[in-house]
Amino acid sequence: MHINMLEAAVGAVASLAVPLAAVGLAHLPPRAPLLPMAETVGIAATVIDYPLPGEFLVEGRPATAPSAKVEIPAFRIMKRQVGLADYDLCVAEGACRPADARPSPRDVPVIGVSWLDAQAFAKWYSRGTGARWRLPTALEAAVAAGERFGGETFTAQADDPANPAVRWLRRYREEAAAKRPPDPEPKPFGHYGPNSMGIEDFGGNVWEWTSTCYERVTLAGDRKTAVSSTENCGVHVLEGRHRAYMSNFVRDGKSGGCAVGTPPENLGFRLVRDDADFPSVAWLDARLRGLFRQPSSQF
Amino acid sequence: MFTRRQALLGAAAATVLAGALPKLASAAPVTEAEIAALPREKVVLVKPPFVHAHEQVATSGPKVVEFTMPIEEKKVVIDDEGTEFQAMTFNGSMPGPMMVVHEGDYVELTLINPYTNTMPHNIDFHAATGALGGGALTLINPGEQVKLRFKATRTGTFVYHCAPEGAMIPWHVVSGMSGTIMVLPRDGLKNEKGEALRYDKIFYIGENDFYVPRDEEGNYKTYESHGESYADTVQVMRGLIPTHVVFNGAKGSLTGDNAMKSKVGETVLIVHSQANRDTRPHLIGGHGDYVWEEGKFANPPAKDLETWFIRGGSAGAALYTFLQPGIYAYVNHNLIEAVELGATAHFMVEGEWRDDLMKQVAAPGPITTN
Ligand SMILES: [Cu+2]
Repeated sequence: MHINMLEAAVGAVASLAVPLAAVGLAHLPPRAPLLPMAETVGIAATVIDYPLPGEFLVEGRPATAPSAKVEIPAFRIMKRQVGLADYDLCVAEGACRPADARPSPRDVPVIGVSWLDAQAFAKWYSRGTGARWRLPTALEAAVAAGERFGGETFTAQADDPANPAVRWLRRYREEAAAKRPPDPEPKPFGHYGPNSMGIEDFGGNVWEWTSTCYERVTLAGDRKTAVSSTENCGVHVLEGRHRAYMSNFVRDGKSGGCAVGTPPENLGFRLVRDDADFPSVAWLDARLRGLFRQPSSQF
Repeated sequence: MFTRRQALLGAAAATVLAGALPKLASAAPVTEAEIAALPREKVVLVKPPFVHAHEQVATSGPKVVEFTMPIEEKKVVIDDEGTEFQAMTFNGSMPGPMMVVHEGDYVELTLINPYTNTMPHNIDFHAATGALGGGALTLINPGEQVKLRFKATRTGTFVYHCAPEGAMIPWHVVSGMSGTIMVLPRDGLKNEKGEALRYDKIFYIGENDFYVPRDEEGNYKTYESHGESYADTVQVMRGLIPTHVVFNGAKGSLTGDNAMKSKVGETVLIVHSQANRDTRPHLIGGHGDYVWEEGKFANPPAKDLETWFIRGGSAGAALYTFLQPGIYAYVNHNLIEAVELGATAHFMVEGEWRDDLMKQVAAPGPITTN
């Protein structure tokens, strides 16, 4: 039950259609007061052993995601997820589309937002604050989540090369066992508490969009070296209690292509602030992509 | 005037009619004393999707089969958003439990409406003859019980449902009050050639269409009692668009830990019942080897169906032997109803994979350009 190519294709088309909202920015009247800057937490440069996002095949059969030691330069990330009140300022200015979920308590993270919505907000927020804000890469999200990093909960490994159903059945059982009652009600900031780095609410009922594209990689027999890979940026990685992959336009976790039993209750995001002394996102993306040196098909 | 053609048609129709008329129905009435002399069997009903133990081929003559069903009005959760619903149930389950008898048996049902309920209820058996299917003889108030006996004269899978009166009828049915009785031929199921068909397992799926009112913000409303929910619910019902289309009373009730289990080589009989609204079951990755769409075993089964049609107010039966292991989704193939409204169940099937039936010849990878 993974992302299918039809959905991915639809995602790609949608990604062409929707950013028109962002284009509208140019017509906004100039705004005098700068928006207040969201509180951030600085994360020191580090190296993590990281289970790579995407789907992996060895000899045509699903394989466990390989882990790689990756070096992450220092970065600053929002202490809290982007809030509904802030998001609605963007909506009021016509730079963001209203979120799908509009709970009456306002002191909650914005939910019911797609990757495209998150992009539009980042652009608007950058303009309003005079800083450069962007979605974290999946790697940065993993580092910031610290001990709350979920990553891949279930192994994709084919159990019996001659019988694909063994894996399907095992996975189905694992998913059923991991199923918990859904709790989609948005919670006030701080409900799930800070992690060891002081970052609030990671791993709660809001899964967070990242800037990392979905990728399918064929590995060599060593289960490490990439033989080929196909990148699909119509689908992005979300991190939360477990990793999820969703088409860019999806706003409801239940409708997206989540691989595990209980789909994400809610989709939201937090942003990374690029300061002059921190490396650019392009540099980071290059680092991540360097893990499989292979020309990739771009959407 | 009587044309030759009409005469022929008339004769043909008469022949068909005579052939179709069950022997037992056309036979002389059996006396009360004769019925009293028949052996009796008490059956304990089980919760769907399971069905009480029964013989596929009757090993003895007709008997009186006794069933007891209490009616239970209760609040249940019908989806994964925690939507609460004021349900009315036969025996506490949606659908009501399946009863199995053989043609020529007498069904003797004790229907109980406990004091704790708030409404009168009854039961209309589509398998029964006369008195609105028994509805006219079984209307009971809270604190009452009634005993009905009817002769199972026609074979097949048949809906039963509550049918109190007027506007109460559809409301009670879409609140959960329906179930199925299966009347087997005494010599069991047969294919179109009259050869015996058997099943290793039987699964019973009741499809419910629910009509849950929403508040101004679009959230489902919950009510403290059935009475309070009535007026709003009827408004939604009259729009004819259900908010939920689910199997066995709740979205996801036949998935995960409750998925139906089978094995390669095993033959399952899937009985699908819908008391109110048309539906179209489909087993994704499988078929219906033999399907009684209308559910009536006097008609030969259709073969190799991809999807079968169950008319609202009827139950059908599909026989299938699993050939390949894996997870099968059993859906209402209006896929909007399956995925968005909830009409999806799962089969977990163990066994050996057959590459000759299906194989991924080349795994997904970059598009080759040569
Ligand atoms: Cu009733």
